Amino acid sequence: MKSSKVIHALYTDDDVLLNAVKKLRAAKHAIEEVYTPFPVHGLDKVMGLEPTRIAITSFMYGCVGLCVAILMMNYIMIQDWPQDIGGKPSFSYLENMPAFVPIMFEMTVFFAAHLMVITFYLRSRMWPFKNAENPDARTTDDHFLIAVSVGEDEKELKKLLTETGAVEMHLVEQEASH
Amino acid sequence: MYIFTNRLKLIAISLVVLGAAGWTYSYVTSKKSLEEIKIMLAEEDSHHGPVADVESHAPAEQMHAEETHSEAHVTAETHGDEHAEHVLHQTHNRPYAALYVAAFFFMMISLGVLAFYAVQYAAQAGWSVVLHRVMEAITAYLLPGALIVLIIALWAGDHLFIWMDEEVVAHDALIQAKTGWLNKTGFLVRGLIFIGGWSAYRFLSRRYSIAQDNADDAKNFKRNFRLSAGFLVFYLYTESMMSWDWIMSVDPHWFSTLFGWYVFASMFVSGITVIALLTLYLKSKGHLELVNDSHLHDLAKFMFGISIFWTYLWFSQFMLIWYSNIPEEVTYFVTRLADYKLPFLGMVVLNFVFPLLLLMNSDYKRVPWFVVMTGVVILFGHYIDVFNMIMPATVGDRWGLGLSEISAVLLFLGLFLFIVQQALTKAPLLAKGNPFVKESEYYHY
Repeated sequence: MKSSKVIHALYTDDDVLLNAVKKLRAAKHAIEEVYTPFPVHGLDKVMGLEPTRIAITSFMYGCVGLCVAILMMNYIMIQDWPQDIGGKPSFSYLENMPAFVPIMFEMTVFFAAHLMVITFYLRSRMWPFKNAENPDARTTDDHFLIAVSVGEDEKELKKLLTETGAVEMHLVEQEASH
Repeated sequence: MYIFTNRLKLIAISLVVLGAAGWTYSYVTSKKSLEEIKIMLAEEDSHHGPVADVESHAPAEQMHAEETHSEAHVTAETHGDEHAEHVLHQTHNRPYAALYVAAFFFMMISLGVLAFYAVQYAAQAGWSVVLHRVMEAITAYLLPGALIVLIIALWAGDHLFIWMDEEVVAHDALIQAKTGWLNKTGFLVRGLIFIGGWSAYRFLSRRYSIAQDNADDAKNFKRNFRLSAGFLVFYLYTESMMSWDWIMSVDPHWFSTLFGWYVFASMFVSGITVIALLTLYLKSKGHLELVNDSHLHDLAKFMFGISIFWTYLWFSQFMLIWYSNIPEEVTYFVTRLADYKLPFLGMVVLNFVFPLLLLMNSDYKRVPWFVVMTGVVILFGHYIDVFNMIMPATVGDRWGLGLSEISAVLLFLGLFLFIVQQALTKAPLLAKGNPFVKESEYYHY
């Protein structure tokens, strides 16, 4: 199995980081990952990441929640134990619908929000008792880290990284695990 | 500087002329005599056939019976006469109501924009500065528009507001108890105070805004900030009272405590939609160079958000009254569900479902034709909203979207376009002296 070399370059400012990412990509270097202590505005765009699809999942979860609420209220209030709602004993879901709208709304929001968070965790491969993938603890404080895979010319890459304002560089041997 | 082209002027003026002619025609032809109404009703009966008539009109008749016409059903003959007279009044009322709905709708757009504009100053919003002149142009319509509404209301009198009919008040204990508020003098004085306050703010803030263009310091901006904060307090009170006076009092027995908010949501979303449409128009003509798609995105977000806010208030008002089912309150919605089912439920589709589904996707909010399409639907939906507030109390089941309604809309659309375009030419389209103008220029999402 071929092992790959990665350089971890550390930066101390988000603007410098953004410029570095731009330059690295312009020079056709493959950026594996960027670790930042906070979300950096516009970083996804300069890294060329695809737009998130989580909004689509959120819409679908919302639709599921709406359906669950309708079925649930229909079973509870109409079928299982028919209720006289607001002095209008029609025992029909449709005619009592205004009373169920708040529940339909809440369940839509509940499903969309919770399932979206769970989806986000799973998609980011985060689950309980998982060890952090973070290569350097300082990226949770005040440092930014770019992981760049080393191609043909290691010296050239290091020179470029220094030019972009990297304060530290570490060469890491990495087994191609993923 | 923006130039109001002759072509646009011609369009605006011809809309006014066309609308005025159409409305006058419908007004003249609505002055039918009782005999004509009886013939018309007899024809309607023969068309429907007696059996079909009973079926199709059953809920409406039942409701009328419960409401005001219980005596009319004593014998068939008196029923016929009283019913014909009732229909006669409704037929006479229709052109007044159509004119009033259209006048109010365009006034409401302008007032909604004025509130939005004041929010921008009071919140010291940076993103919207490149749109300030567009908003100022739209609010130019407020003074003439609001005066027209007030004049129509007083001129139409008991055609719209039955509490202005002394005969009715004399026999109505509930309205008698409200005469302290519901009287013509009070109506006029309050109306003038509302319009005076709004127009004074509009006049001063426009003056400071233009003075700021070439100023060295931010003095005028700071003045506008303080003025806007004060205006918003005044506005929230007067807008609410205005909605009681100019709309809610057409049903003088009925009341709803969140009616002011509900009307506010309607005017806010209509106003923001018109800002978006006018901005897109000016942009397509090569003006407003600094407006980018992030500004459009934000306007569309507001259209989306306030549409949902409107639905929230519409539903809050409906659900509480529906749930408690108190006769004096629920009659308002019974009338609408019996005679106005299509416009009443249709507007929820137009004002909620449509913008919800079309503007939910983030990318669609930046696509001009998408925003224009949704905007037109939202505006139509909120016209129907005002229609639903005024028509049931004035024309009952004799409503329609016919000549009188369409020509009234054209009339005020022409007037609105004329005044707004005229105001656009009066000042540069960029408020270049505003301290936040750079922030607005570089604004991106």
